[in-house]
Parts: sequence; structure tokens; C-alpha cells
Amino acid sequence: MDRKISLKLNGRLRTVTTDPDRPLLEVLREDLHLTGTKYGCGEGECRACTVLVNGESTPSCLTSIGNVDKQTVLTIEGLANGDRLHPVQEAFLAEGAFQCGYCTSGMIMGVAGVMKQNPAAGEAEYRAELEKHICRCGGYPKYATIVRRLAGMPRAEKAHV
Amino acid sequence: MTTASSVKTAPSSDDLLDAQPLEFMGYDFGLSRRAFVKTLGAGLLIAVSPRALSQSQETGQRSRNTFLGTGAQNLAARIHLGDDGTITVLAGKVEAGQGARAELLQAAAEELGVPVSRVQMILADTGMVPDDGMTAGSGTTPRTVPAVRRGAAAARNLLIAFACGQWKVEQTAVEMRDGRVVHPASRRSCGYADLARNAASLKLFDQAIPSDVTLTPVNEWKVMGTPLPRPTGRAIVTGTNAYPSDIARPGMLYGKILRPPAYNAKLLSIDLTPARAMADVVAVQDNQFVGVAAPSSFRAERALDAISATAKWEMGPPQPSSAQLFDYLKQNAEGGLPQNPFANELAGAKSLRRTYRVPYIQHAPLEPRAAVAEWKDGRLTVWTGSQNPFGIRSELARAFRMSEDQVRVIIPDFGAAFGGKHTGEYAVEAARLARGAGRPVWLRWTREEEFTWAYFRPAGVIEAEASLDAHGRIATWHFININSGPNAVDTPYSIGKTDCRFVRSTPPLRHGSYRGLAATANNFAREAFMDELAAAAGADPLAFRRSHLQNPRLRAVLDTAASQFQWEERVRKTDANTAIGLACGTEKGSYVAACVEVELDREQHAFKVRRVSEAFECGAIVNPANLLAQVQGAIIMGLGAALREEVQFENGKILNASFGEYRVPRLEDVPELDIDLVNRPDLPSAGAGETPIIAIAPAIANAVFRATGASVQGLPVRI
Repeated sequence: MDRKISLKLNGRLRTVTTDPDRPLLEVLREDLHLTGTKYGCGEGECRACTVLVNGESTPSCLTSIGNVDKQTVLTIEGLANGDRLHPVQEAFLAEGAFQCGYCTSGMIMGVAGVMKQNPAAGEAEYRAELEKHICRCGGYPKYATIVRRLAGMPRAEKAHV
Repeated sequence: MTTASSVKTAPSSDDLLDAQPLEFMGYDFGLSRRAFVKTLGAGLLIAVSPRALSQSQETGQRSRNTFLGTGAQNLAARIHLGDDGTITVLAGKVEAGQGARAELLQAAAEELGVPVSRVQMILADTGMVPDDGMTAGSGTTPRTVPAVRRGAAAARNLLIAFACGQWKVEQTAVEMRDGRVVHPASRRSCGYADLARNAASLKLFDQAIPSDVTLTPVNEWKVMGTPLPRPTGRAIVTGTNAYPSDIARPGMLYGKILRPPAYNAKLLSIDLTPARAMADVVAVQDNQFVGVAAPSSFRAERALDAISATAKWEMGPPQPSSAQLFDYLKQNAEGGLPQNPFANELAGAKSLRRTYRVPYIQHAPLEPRAAVAEWKDGRLTVWTGSQNPFGIRSELARAFRMSEDQVRVIIPDFGAAFGGKHTGEYAVEAARLARGAGRPVWLRWTREEEFTWAYFRPAGVIEAEASLDAHGRIATWHFININSGPNAVDTPYSIGKTDCRFVRSTPPLRHGSYRGLAATANNFAREAFMDELAAAAGADPLAFRRSHLQNPRLRAVLDTAASQFQWEERVRKTDANTAIGLACGTEKGSYVAACVEVELDREQHAFKVRRVSEAFECGAIVNPANLLAQVQGAIIMGLGAALREEVQFENGKILNASFGEYRVPRLEDVPELDIDLVNRPDLPSAGAGETPIIAIAPAIANAVFRATGASVQGLPVRI
């Protein structure tokens, strides 16, 4: 049975009328044409589909659209401030921390979630998040560099994002 | 290194890459000829027996053409110059994360004499680009990079000739500067846009690219040899890079395919009514092919569930399971297991015999197989992720009985392949659904489909037997790969008498290419066996290899890795819980050696790889940043095969078809990496996507053997 679902998506109020059981991932991609969030496994194991729900890193393949009714969702498309990249995006770009790039959106969102939740987060927190993500290209050595870079970044640079 | 007495049947790797058998075990993806009679109507059909078709597909000639492609027929096919100054370079290679786009861009910019920002690179759209063959076998760097360089150099020469003709000056009086020909004496300059505005000069682009055009020598490279970052980096970090599974077309539906409950199961009947009763759902059946398409994946899934509940299947005969895999492969070795031709020399000599086992593993690229198909005015366009754009075009043309020029295949940069995306079943499936639906259809396999219906890296058994002479040198070497392939089956060591062969078997699962193909299996077995022989000879593994190695390039990487790792100092230290091991190898013109440090937990029968020192050499380095990424990625992928990866199956079903059950490497598995990229500007550049994978698993096995004394004869490594 279709239902009207409203959410704050990338800073804008969006309403969709659909089956509430559909995965958030699918509605983002198929109804809202936000294809930056990727399908990798459908079981929350690879985290390519990571978005922030109320600021928290969440696998959108295991989250139904009904569950985010009246909630706040941020996807990779809403992370940059216009042309100004988010510091996590900047870090991935500066380090060239991607190969095929299919897992990158999910990783960036997961790490951005850690930063938003706790601007004082250190290497352990960033690492814990990235340990949930699969990069089949094996780009991990660069992610280890990202962890160090973000942990060492002045707090002021992270606070106003 | 092969003597007259040796028996050699393994052909060279390149010829076999594409000819590597792809066994379609019982499941034909609905592609039988009979099925197509139904799809297209018998009246349209030209009678061709399926046998004749498949035979023509399997000839060596065809394989070779598919693998290498035809290349650019003329300069216009490679380079387009716009009169507004735009420069477009076209290549038939694909970008799957391995870095082809950046390297080809560097190749073009280097020879054109322009900054990379001036060049637009179009890859793998069969409607636009020349057929540069498959993106496989580490072929882009040694073959397509030079092809693009020759085209770009030819265009630059035309520009210089044009300018000198206009100015009536000698070519020695001009120079290239910032993408323009400059005549310093008269302060005149001329660019590619000027050339493009001259009809007579443009006509010269119809000529073939001269094969002897002079290329910029390595010591004058300005763009090649530099760490150019990925040109699509910003799109990747902002989520706007459109992968095949991100493609959307107006009116597009989302497709789902009915899969049998096991390999070899046959569909006896199915009722499509429950799906057709759902709003906006299209259900298509054609003999064994059944699929649905709907305005959302969710509804397509519901529709598939509804009809799937009505399906009646006939299960096939019992099938081998992973538990019996290796016995099965040996029992089915074509022509039986070859005997050791040196058997009569073993008496009285110190000899050793081992059997190595390498399981099936899955490529598991993070983007599963995906395709969007659209029919318009009898023409078919498919967007898909594949290493084989022109091969997929042929596959589609054959499937739908069209000429190849009615089919266009577009390969957007996609989410990885590792040798796993050579075939186009999913493109055909999407096109069949789109044809049935009369609308464009999107199809993306689920992770479970990917783990079940994509072809696997072949499993193999390697029988090895060798003898040592009185000086502790290897005297005879008998090395038989059963089923997994001929790549790197020959030994790079100097050995008196060798007999190295690949023997086909009957694979229980559908198998195909992989990163490094059978070199992963053969190098694992050979290098593990070398350590056992070293132990039998009472020699240090490094010294033992050195005493058998004449190849200077392989020796150089071995020495580099060993010295980086401080092998000779470390062998003198003993620590019960720390083990070290090394291995080396060569394949496709590049050379690798790895030393590893492994921490053992004997009580838990567990180990962790703490450090890897790897040296890799592939001639002149085209892009050091990309090369480093490829070497890191290959080490980590090789680590996966050494630690855990193994497809388990039973009677036609895959038992671990998910990332939860089939564990691929994660950040926590990654050791400290010391990577030495050995640059050889004096040597031609070889590809680097594969060979750096082949040393890691045997180095780990050798560390475990060294610490425990227990022979390691299988992957993944167990203690």
C-alpha cells in the first residue's frame, strides 16, 4: 500500500508517495534520481550505500523509506557546500583515495558522519567506520592515510561543516 | 631453460587469454538457438546450426581478433580536431578503476605536445571509438598506450608540416611550445585549430597511422612518467560519476531475471499471470529465459516472487561439490594425469612430490553486472560495464540476429572487473527484457546473482615433482596444472630438465579469466614448492632462488624486496610467533617479488600478515601514482585469496553467495606495505594490473611453512 512519506533530504523537504517497505537506497536512486548512493550487497556488509540519517552513518539498503518519514537524510549529493567540497571529500580527492570509485560515496558519507557526530574524533573512530566498508579494488592503504589526515585536521576546519 | 628432453605444451599466455575455456555448465542463460526462433519468429530466421555458430566463435582467429581488436583504421578514427581547438582522442579501452583513462590521456597529451586539460578522452563507445580489443591481459600499457601515442605523434607531425608549408620554412626552424608550432625567427605560431580549419590537411587524417612514426623518448617525457591523478576524481567524490548502474533512460523499467534453484535445473513450467496482473509489470518468457520489468526494482522483485512461486523445476543429475573438487578435477584430467618423464632419474636422488590445490574464487567487483538496453527503430543501444565492448557488441548482434552496425555498446567508467567481466549475458538479458517490454530496461544483478551466476576464477590442482642433484640444485622439474590454466606454468628458474604443462579437466563450475589468471595458481604452487626444495637442500629460500635465477630482471626485484625487508638479518632472528617468507615471479613482461612477516597464533590456528615488502618492475613507469595503486590493490586482492577466499558449493548450489559468508579483505586485514616500484626507463612499459598479485599468497604460505615445518599445499592458507 503506497503511503505519503516526507523527509528532509539534502536540506530540502521532499515528499514521495510509495510503498513504505521499499529500501531507502532504491527510492533515492529510482524515484529521486540520486544515484551517487550505490548498491553493493543489499545486506549492509559493504556499506557502499551509506547515507546519513539524522547525522548517523546508515546503510540505506537495509533502511526502508517508511523508516525515514519525517527524518533528515543526507546523501553524497548534498554533502558539498555548492562548489566547496566537504573536508572529507577534499581529503579523498587530494589523496586520490579511489580506484573504480564505486565504494567512495559510501566511505565519504560514513567518515563525514563520524566527523559530524564528533568533531574531536580521532584515528580510532575514523578507522572503526572505515573497517565497515568494502573496497574490492584494495585501496585501503590510502584510506589509512585519510584516517590520519582527518584525525590531524584542526578542529575548526571540521566544526563549521 | 627448457631442455631438449622437456615436454612443453603450454602455449603463450596472450593467445590463450581469450581462448580460455568458458564452460557453460548446464545453464545457457536462455541463449539456445531454439529460444531465438521463438523470439524472432521462424520466418525471419536463417538456418544456422548452433554447432556451426559456436565453432566459428571458438576458432583461434576469432579469439585473437576479439582480444587484440583491429585498432584504428586511420588517423581520424583515433583523433578528432575541432576548429574551435578541441582535441578528442578515442580509444576502445575501458576504465574500471585500473587507471586506463589517465594513462591514455597522458599518452595523447605527451605526443600532441598539449597539456592534458586540452584533451577530451572518449573510451569504449563502439559507435565512436576504434576497436582496441579487450581491456584484459595487462594490454593497455604495452599496446594501446603506444597506439594512441602513434596517432597523436602523427597528428603533431601533420601540424608541423602544415605550419612549415604555410610559412615556407624548414621543419628544423620550428618547435612545439604549449600545444602550438612556433617559428621563433618570425614569431609566428600555429595550433591544432588552424590545422582543423584547413580542409586539405584534414583530408590527411583519412590515411592510416604510420607504424614508424617517431615517439618522444622516455628521457624527454613531460606528461608521461608523471603521477597524473584520475581525471574523474571530482565526479567520484561528489557522487556524480555515472556508472552503468546509474544510467537512466526516459520511460525506463527495472528488470529482474528468474534464476534456477541450482545449476543444471530445467524450468518445466511457470505461470506468468500473477506478474501480469500487477500494474505496469511486463513479464517475458522465452523457453528457459524468464524475466520481468516494472517501474521500480521493488515491484519487479514482487512480480518475480509471485511467478517464481509457480515455477516447476526439474533438478539435474547430482553434481560435484567443493568437498570433492580436487579429486574430481584430477579424475577428469583430459588424457589422464601425465607421467613424470624424468621418473627414471629420481632413483637415488633426493626428490620431492607435492599436490597443490587452488579453489574457485569470485572476482566480486563492487558494482555487480549491470546493463541498460534501449531499442529504437530496429537499432539497439546498451550501456554496460564490461572489459569487452566490441565482443559484447558481437554477442548482442548474434543473439538478436542483427548486423553489428545496428548495435551500439557504450561502456561508462564502471565499478571494477578484475578479469570477471568479459562476457555479456547481462547485456543480452537487459536487451531481451527491453525488447519484450517495448521500453528501455535497466538490469543489475544482485550480489547473490553475482556470486552465483558470474563465472569464477578456475580452481586447479597442481602436481609437482622435482629432484635435487648432489650439490643441492634442482635437476628435474615436473609441474602439471590441471584445470586452472597455462599462465606462468613454465618456471623462470634455470633448471636442467623441465616438464611444465597445463591439462584441461571438466570444471564443475563455469570459469573464466581473473586478475593474473592461472599465474596466481601456478606461481603459488611453484614458489611454495621452491621453499620445500630449499628446505630439502638445507638452503635459505633466498639463496636457493638466487642460485637458480639467471633472469636479471627477476633477480633484481628479488634482491630489492629482500634488501628492503632486511631478509638476511631477519633470518638470523628467531621468534616463535613471527614468521617470514618470500616469493617471486614473472608474467606478462613484468617482475615481482614479495617478502612477508606473519604473526602466528598457534593455539587458535590463526595468523595475521603484519608486513609486506614488495618490489615490482614493469619497464618504464607511465604513471607512478596509478602504478602504486595497482600494486597496492593487487597485493590486497592476493591477500584475500591467501587468507579466506574460497567458493563453497554443493550439488549445483553456491553455499557462500554473500559478502557476509565470503569474506573479502577489509581495512583491518591490511598489513604495513613497503612497495618498491623499480623504474626501468630503458625498457618498454609493460602492464601492471595483474602480476603484482602473484607473489603474495606463496610468500605467506612460505612464512607459515618456515615457522611450522608443515607443508602448505592449498589456498587459502591454513595452519
